[in-house]
Amino acid sequence: MGLAKTRQSPGLLLLLKLETDMATVDAHADDHHHDDHDHPPFIAHHFDDAEQQFDSGKLGIWLFLVTEVLFFSGLFVAYTLYRNHHPEIFQQAHVFLDKYLGGLNTIVLLFSSLTMALAVRSAQLGRNKNCGIYILITMVCASMFLGVKAVEYSHKWDMGIWVRSSWSSDADSLSYGHHEGQLGIAKSLGVSDRLIWLSAIPAVLLAGSLIASVIGFVTKKELFGKFMLAMSVMVGGYFLGAGVGQVYQNVKEGSGDSHEHASLQEQQPMQLLAMTQEDQDHADDDKKSDDADHSHDEEHSHGSEKAEYDKEHPDPETLDRDIGIFFSIYYCMTGLHAIHIIAGIIALAWIYWRCLAGHWRSDYFGPVDYVGLYWHLVDLIWIYLFPLLYLID
Amino acid sequence: MSDHHDDLPRFNHPVSTKLLFGVFFSLIGLTVLTVVTSALWKVSELPEAFAFPVAMIIATMKAFLVCAFFMHMWWDKGFNVLAFLSSGLFVALFIGLTLMDSSHYQENIDSFPRNNVKQPVIVPINDGGNVEET
Repeated sequence: MGLAKTRQSPGLLLLLKLETDMATVDAHADDHHHDDHDHPPFIAHHFDDAEQQFDSGKLGIWLFLVTEVLFFSGLFVAYTLYRNHHPEIFQQAHVFLDKYLGGLNTIVLLFSSLTMALAVRSAQLGRNKNCGIYILITMVCASMFLGVKAVEYSHKWDMGIWVRSSWSSDADSLSYGHHEGQLGIAKSLGVSDRLIWLSAIPAVLLAGSLIASVIGFVTKKELFGKFMLAMSVMVGGYFLGAGVGQVYQNVKEGSGDSHEHASLQEQQPMQLLAMTQEDQDHADDDKKSDDADHSHDEEHSHGSEKAEYDKEHPDPETLDRDIGIFFSIYYCMTGLHAIHIIAGIIALAWIYWRCLAGHWRSDYFGPVDYVGLYWHLVDLIWIYLFPLLYLID
Repeated sequence: MSDHHDDLPRFNHPVSTKLLFGVFFSLIGLTVLTVVTSALWKVSELPEAFAFPVAMIIATMKAFLVCAFFMHMWWDKGFNVLAFLSSGLFVALFIGLTLMDSSHYQENIDSFPRNNVKQPVIVPINDGGNVEET
């Protein structure tokens, strides 16, 4: 720690470097390639030494992470504003998010962060093989995260939950299930069709990487074969995650109650309907009259005189509800996060390739560190998304 | 703390595996804690107004652990730490200033004719049937 304080920042180093370069520009005018330095491999010719290269890269990745935080902050502003104005929507909407699947994903992501940190440590000690193993585990966790996410998304699509705009543009498309205008409750056990379609992408990737791996080994390109084999293991993580999520979903739905969300909440099971304001008023009237003469003959409880009373005293909480905007925010936040996971997997695959090639050594591990920092940031954002979206009770 | 390897370059600080695992298990513990506390407000007498701040405090503790140890910020250069933490300041400004201004256009939103627009609402399952019958 004491060491860090005495050292100069890369920015300052750069300035100093510029000054000395200006002073000695004549002396070095004919020496463009800095051949006077004893350059180890992997050090770009415009850097003096490994440390300067490492520090510059590190400053660069930290600045990139700053832009990432600001990038996400726009969505956090949308979330904060909407929750601030309509807290009731968030309390209603959370029953459609499963905190245990979200929690599972949190743990998967935290574990991937651990293996990433271990990978950085291995690279720092020049242990390429260990580093590769840790990177592979990190990638498997990443695609497992996406698998669980795919189960969550497809389950919502089955319930008819999309982003807000798709609801408003074509309200009739909400007809799904038994009643006109009802957003159906996903009722079936088994695998959703939408999940199968979504899984087609990783399935193609899995087949492709397996074939490429075989081709690599047959044509004696060992490195390529190994790499593609690892990629297929990585894609396998998706199916592991999707499988675990699906089994959980089926167990949850199959346990006792026929109502889908009965196990999620102690109160009444909820559903989504497409309604005009008028419909909403009717529904509220009916609900109140139902509650009032619950012990009486339920067949004749609708449209009672209670409705007249309720019309004069509208419940302000039932007005101005728009749960669709919550799900727009949900899809944007988790979707952007998922895109970052995919980008992370691609970056990790590059690191893995270089692990196989044995590039990392104690004076050259920067790329592992930088990708690690990016990966931890993705984890960091999820750390905030999880309580904000899943844990609203 | 980081291991001391005399043979490593001075910019190379491997973090001990013991510390990394310790941080990981603390993070898992905090995750369990935040799930438990989120359910706590329903069963206990505690005011629900605490739910959001408590969840955010736990999340920030987790963020600290990830930043400090997984991201090596504890041993990093002050300038890098400052650069990254400054993003938090700007996010706070962004959210704070927007919140202060957010009611300004509420009139326009309220005047939007939405009575005849079908919009998704969440209702108890039994009520759905009622709407169709009426």
